[in-house]
Amino acid sequence: MYGFLIAVGVLLLLSIIWMVYRIQSLVSVVKGSNKKIATGSNKVNAILFVLFLLGTGFLMFWYSIKEFDNYELPVASEHGVVTDGLFWVTMAVTGVVFLITHVLLFIFPYKYQYKEDRKATFYPDNNKLEIIWTLVPGVVLAGLVITGWMAWSDITAPAPENAHVVEIMGSQFQWDIRYPGKDNVLGDYDYRLTSATNAHGVDFTDKNAMDDFPSPVVVIPKGEPVLFKIRARDVLHSVFAPHMRLKMDAVPGMPTRFWFVPTKTTAEMREETGNPEFEYEIACTEICGRGHFSMRKIIQVVEPEEYQKWFAEQRSFIQMNPSLAEGIPAEAKELAEN
Amino acid sequence: MSTASVASHETAHDDHHDHEHHDNFVTKYIFTTDHKMIGKQFLVTGIFWALIGGFLSILFRLQLGFPDMSLEFLRPLLGGWLDEAGKLDPTFYLALVTMHGTIMVFFVLTAGLSGTFSNFLIPLQIGARDMASGFMNMLSYWFFFASGVVMFISLFIPTGPAGGGWVVYPPLSALEQAIPGSGLGMTLWLVAMTLFIASSLLGGINYITTVINLRTKGMSFSRLPLTIWAFFLTAVIGLLSFPVLVAAALLLIFDRSFGTSFYLSDIYINGEALPNTGGSPVLYQHLFWFLGHPEVYIVLLPALGITSEVIATNSRKPIFGYKAMIISMLGITILSFIVWAHHMFVSGMNPFLGSIFMFLTLIIAVPSAVKVFNYLTTLWRGNLIFTPAMLFSIGLVSFFISGGLTGIFLGNSAIDIQLHDTYFVVAHFHLVMGSASFFGLLAGVYHWFPKMFGRMMDEKLGYIHFWLTFVGVYMVFFPMHYIGIAGFPRRYYSWTNFEFANMYTDLNMFVSAAAIITFAAQFIFLFNFFYSMYRGRKATLNPWRSNTLEWTTPLHPGHGNWPGEIPTVYRWPYDYSKPGAEEDFIPQTVPLSATPESNLPHEQEQVKLEMEIMKEEEEVLVANESKH
Repeated sequence: MYGFLIAVGVLLLLSIIWMVYRIQSLVSVVKGSNKKIATGSNKVNAILFVLFLLGTGFLMFWYSIKEFDNYELPVASEHGVVTDGLFWVTMAVTGVVFLITHVLLFIFPYKYQYKEDRKATFYPDNNKLEIIWTLVPGVVLAGLVITGWMAWSDITAPAPENAHVVEIMGSQFQWDIRYPGKDNVLGDYDYRLTSATNAHGVDFTDKNAMDDFPSPVVVIPKGEPVLFKIRARDVLHSVFAPHMRLKMDAVPGMPTRFWFVPTKTTAEMREETGNPEFEYEIACTEICGRGHFSMRKIIQVVEPEEYQKWFAEQRSFIQMNPSLAEGIPAEAKELAEN
Repeated sequence: MSTASVASHETAHDDHHDHEHHDNFVTKYIFTTDHKMIGKQFLVTGIFWALIGGFLSILFRLQLGFPDMSLEFLRPLLGGWLDEAGKLDPTFYLALVTMHGTIMVFFVLTAGLSGTFSNFLIPLQIGARDMASGFMNMLSYWFFFASGVVMFISLFIPTGPAGGGWVVYPPLSALEQAIPGSGLGMTLWLVAMTLFIASSLLGGINYITTVINLRTKGMSFSRLPLTIWAFFLTAVIGLLSFPVLVAAALLLIFDRSFGTSFYLSDIYINGEALPNTGGSPVLYQHLFWFLGHPEVYIVLLPALGITSEVIATNSRKPIFGYKAMIISMLGITILSFIVWAHHMFVSGMNPFLGSIFMFLTLIIAVPSAVKVFNYLTTLWRGNLIFTPAMLFSIGLVSFFISGGLTGIFLGNSAIDIQLHDTYFVVAHFHLVMGSASFFGLLAGVYHWFPKMFGRMMDEKLGYIHFWLTFVGVYMVFFPMHYIGIAGFPRRYYSWTNFEFANMYTDLNMFVSAAAIITFAAQFIFLFNFFYSMYRGRKATLNPWRSNTLEWTTPLHPGHGNWPGEIPTVYRWPYDYSKPGAEEDFIPQTVPLSATPESNLPHEQEQVKLEMEIMKEEEEVLVANESKH
């Protein structure tokens, strides 16, 4: 049925094109317009440029204003406020340039459309103008770059010492979370130790690993620095937490990191967005295979007290699966059980 | 500006035009060494690939815009890539995205654009009989053709074509366990790309050599049309950057087939720990983008060159700031090599490197801005004739502005954290590089069609084609900015898994519908192109009343381009609407001494020198005559 409809549609389209084509070429022969430098179409095209300017300009403003709340994601991290600020400053600057250049680009065709009795102005160069419009963009861009660079330096600076560490490991096609436990130090890992029971490849002979624990969701406290230690087990992935304005590739063989301070708890965000089911999400933004579009993880931002409570309740890898501790020195085991 | 140039070519082509070439079908249309025919071969092949690349994008746009739609009617074509419900397979979706990118960037916008117009226009506009090496030129096309054959085959193999994105980052592209496309499909991709690079290099060496050595008398670098400047610099960029992609590909081949670990390290996949350690996937990204970023300008510069020529001609005005345009292009050429890592701000590379590349990247926006202002000033107080080529050129400038400005967001590493690999990026490069270059290609075809085939394309169909495409492209790519600001990641088969991204089903539907209409509109062009080739109105010798040399050739120039002497050039190519001149254009072949009424003060001084040289030449000619 589809095939038939498409065939009819294509046939129809072709015949319309054909008819339009024949008619207009006959008309142009009759009018003798193919011998003119510019025909009536010149005016039509000139007018169409103006209409295009007005039409798309209206669409752009209308949609940008109407949908603002929809495409502007609420921000929930300290540095996110800064980068969003930069984004909108850049938007303002480029927006002005965008409008001015496009108004000129589409008004000129109308204003200077071909007239037989007019001659174009011979105006090959003007060094002063060239210098002005080299310098002005240069200065404006320098301003944008410097503010961007300052923000970038802050964001990528080493994490504060008291940052809560969370390890996020990407694999096809999921994120695995590991917390460092009470010592706030993640245990060593080695990809060769990976197995069905030890997805992270944690090296349990390292005593820092004794109290490490997994979690099905990322739980982090509001208002305190959090350090994501990011790695990948098989191919490239990328941790993307849109509300946190956070993105960093997960690279096999090369651990990466990103630290930030969340500013709104999940509950607060639910209130702000009016969506009682709102969750912070992590998505993958580096193509990683068939399930690339489905690597979802939830971040729960909670009040610090709640976080402490939750943290204390978690059971370590070894508590959940004592067999992991086989072959580990006894004193280390004790550490794990405490 | 020296009018005197070495007249060494005099002897070289003396024996050339004495005898006619008698070509048979094979030497004329297939293994031809005539640059004009090779240009047309590139063009037709490019159009073929554009159709395939465009069709692939329609397939994945159907998935994105109408996720619940059954594609059952495409089963004869897609076969096993559809599940029982008629839905596209997610792996094949990735393969479609990958092939769309590869085909469009390399086969259409590099070979189809640069290959077509560098070949066709360089000898015609600089006044040469042919390329420096016709044979290498022929090889260049046939390497490209072979590359296309290999890539085409890869579309139909059971494991599917390469599916790791057009950037084919390892380890995904290195491990067959990770995605089926990384098996045979990826091998074929690498073979095809190697052949393609060979083709590009053969072409590039030829373009550079020809421009440097074979310019006709009087055609100094400061009198070259901007098209030639653009093709020349494009070839330089290609020559310097493509070999790096070979290196990247070679190391990838080693990793894939010979157990090395250039890019692989610490991998546990499918229940197995691989032995590779010590490699770095980031190394590949550096190597890839060392080509990948200049590639953007390989694609864009020829389009800008074509636009400069078309806008000047149809504004009946000299291009504003000819020297500034050249300096900008030179600036872009140089800077294009030192901005590559702005594709990698969040790849895990040292953030300090990110700062450096942010500064360098935003510098490259300056020459781009200068070019835009110069285009605008060229239009200002012109006498504009809207040929289809002119419309497409104005469209190009619009895309260049829209897409260029969003580059300022992405080049800023702090802002890029959020926008990287979202639809904002997709919108950005499809406008500034994809659509702009595509419009340059179309402008070039409409403008030089009379020279290629001796006939005119139909203008009205050209107008319809332009307006449908221009509006269509904006309707496809402008909404993607909103989707990107909202954070939608690219290369996603569907967004329904995520709460932050599951709105906008309506907008995605709109984009897909617009894409289908825009794609359909290209068939108007196809019809116009092939119909006009045989049945179009006969062209006049200089239909656009243009100044450049190609319009001084016969309607159907033979191999060798000019039946007699190659014309000498006496002025720059942009003497349009010169005050005092009777016509609103003075071709490059008109001596300054013939136009005393319109000469500028400094040109009046050159007239004397010009007269001297012409006299000397005459003496040489007379001397030669008497020898015979």
